[in-house]
Amino acid sequence: MSDNDNDIIPNEEKKTKTAAVKSAAAIERLGVAAYRPASAKSASLQATATEDNGRRKRRLGREDDEPKVLITRKTLFRQRELIYITIPFILYGILFYYLPLGGWLMAFQNYKPQLGLAGSEFVGLKYFRQIFKDKVFLQVIRNTLAMGIINLVLSFIFAIGFALLLNEVRLRAPKKFVQTVSYLPHFLSWIIVTGIVRDMLAMQTGVVNEILVGIGIFDKPVNFFANKDYFWWIVGFANVWKETGWNSIIYLAAITAINPEMYEAASLDGAGRFKKMWHVTLPGIKSTIFILLLMNLGNVLNVGLEIQYLLGNDLIRSVSETVDIYVLKWGISQANFSIGTAAGIFKSVVSIILIFLANFTAKSAGEERLF
Amino acid sequence: MSQNNLDLEPKTDLAARVDSENHHTKKRRRKKILLGDLIFIIVNTLILSLMVVVTLYPILNTLAVSFNDGLDALRGGIHLIPRKLSMKNYTTVLGMNNLAIGARNSVLRTAIAATLHLGLTALLAYVLSVKEFVFRKPVSMFYVLTMYVNAGLIPTFLLFKNLNLTNSFFVYIIPGMIAAFNLLVLRTYMSSLPSSLRESAQIDGADHLTIFWRIYCPICKPVFATIALFIAVWHWCSWFDNMIYNRSNSDLTTLQYELMKLLSSVSSQTQSGSAYGSGNQAVAITPVSIRAAATIVTSMPIVILYPFLQRYFVTGLTIGGVKE
Repeated sequence: MSDNDNDIIPNEEKKTKTAAVKSAAAIERLGVAAYRPASAKSASLQATATEDNGRRKRRLGREDDEPKVLITRKTLFRQRELIYITIPFILYGILFYYLPLGGWLMAFQNYKPQLGLAGSEFVGLKYFRQIFKDKVFLQVIRNTLAMGIINLVLSFIFAIGFALLLNEVRLRAPKKFVQTVSYLPHFLSWIIVTGIVRDMLAMQTGVVNEILVGIGIFDKPVNFFANKDYFWWIVGFANVWKETGWNSIIYLAAITAINPEMYEAASLDGAGRFKKMWHVTLPGIKSTIFILLLMNLGNVLNVGLEIQYLLGNDLIRSVSETVDIYVLKWGISQANFSIGTAAGIFKSVVSIILIFLANFTAKSAGEERLF
Repeated sequence: MSQNNLDLEPKTDLAARVDSENHHTKKRRRKKILLGDLIFIIVNTLILSLMVVVTLYPILNTLAVSFNDGLDALRGGIHLIPRKLSMKNYTTVLGMNNLAIGARNSVLRTAIAATLHLGLTALLAYVLSVKEFVFRKPVSMFYVLTMYVNAGLIPTFLLFKNLNLTNSFFVYIIPGMIAAFNLLVLRTYMSSLPSSLRESAQIDGADHLTIFWRIYCPICKPVFATIALFIAVWHWCSWFDNMIYNRSNSDLTTLQYELMKLLSSVSSQTQSGSAYGSGNQAVAITPVSIRAAATIVTSMPIVILYPFLQRYFVTGLTIGGVKE
């Protein structure tokens, strides 16, 4: 993988120059009038940036140093081609990503499709009050949170553990083999995965029951899909089965960035393989773990639709239904758009609050943050 | 140790002795570690082997069931090797008309989406990688926000309905054209290319579309492969849009949705333990074995392909996640 990068990006460009220096050089070369000359402030920033090269705060979706460009008529004219290209993308984004947000109004209306958003009667928070009085909705929130947290914890533990263990394999061929095998389930759809899960857990023919009865944990085969205690864990482990290998990619990449001298130092202190893994590798990927945890916290409520929809049945409905399924049932099946939208809004708002909360906590703890 | 190394004077007897002592203790220590390490290696190998077995067994088992006689499979106890070999399941699956239509639609949507979405996302990523572009930041934010703010199912459903996208093939292709994550990966990659590439072409009088097409596209091939794979996997595996928007039109069905229908009919029947052909020995096809065969057929294309693309998606994920 790194071969490719090296072919394309000359190493000196990537490593020795910081982005700021590079863009400053670009400005000089082009002599573009619109740029401000680098101010004293940014110069000092540059200096600190070069000093602690690797220790700069990482933020997603943002560059650290940007050339300052003034919006003048001249720049706009000079960049007209870029602007023309951008316009359709903005229109597309407004239409498909932002316009639907206007549909949130439906939650505050007694929405009738034939009357439209403008004509429907405004009812304030009526539907929100209604869903919070609905026992099923509260149940659904509990299920979503429970499965979200179980999934988050299990997937982190397994992905990090797998990356750590795989990193300890020294032989190339077995390592590659294990890695390739571990990615395989990611490429199967949830339809196939849930089918496989059903097969494995089946009462008569399933291998799980066969093993559990064989070693004497259960007296007789268990019907996993009729007992409410199992469902959340089935979802959690199905998720682990499907995504552990895929999620570990990022940790394996982070491990390669750890300074080898750290391992040498640890060996001199008498640390064995396990101790090196525990005291060098794991702390070495701490910041990656942290940032991924932040990103995933906002997704806790997005645990799903597909897997619960496919695996749930009437017997265990009270533990299998999630907010998304609630929205689907009210909104699409019963065509009560107002209630569906209200439940959807609740989910989105909680997700956004979670992201900001996580980001704020990270900020005050002096850790990496998203934005 | 380090003191010895720093010492530039010729070694005295004492130094030599210290050296040999160090050597000695080091050797002893290494021996001790070796035992601990050996246990570690054994445990590690066992855990990873278990993982490989847990990952592969269900798939190999499905493969075995798919080649087994349907009624025989109902008795259970088939693990890795078919007990009563039969190709009947495959001939039945490949003969299903719906599945053929579904396969056509799946292949079409995957191919079109992977090309179109990739091309457009890459173009926008190129524009956003031009450092002196005045609207670079606001436009980036505009799309990054879409990662966090989501209108939800119902408003989206009504929008598609109003745009006449429901009940049409376009609902597979038009929405979700620019995914923020893919955009960020591409933009990061393109920003990391030396800007002199673009500038020298600009001095020669090339416009941005030409630079994008003639210079950036060829260079970005590896990362393009990654993103194309992401998009393709997503489209190949998706069925939900089919169920919500195109449920009533069997001409627009996809492979996954057909499989899902097959699966839900199976799960209700295995619960009661009956089979299509029970009593009719000539048929010898059961929903379970049909499902196994359909699963293998559906997952085959990507499962065969992905090991070859492995190094690409590893690169892509690394760019997107850990940016140094």
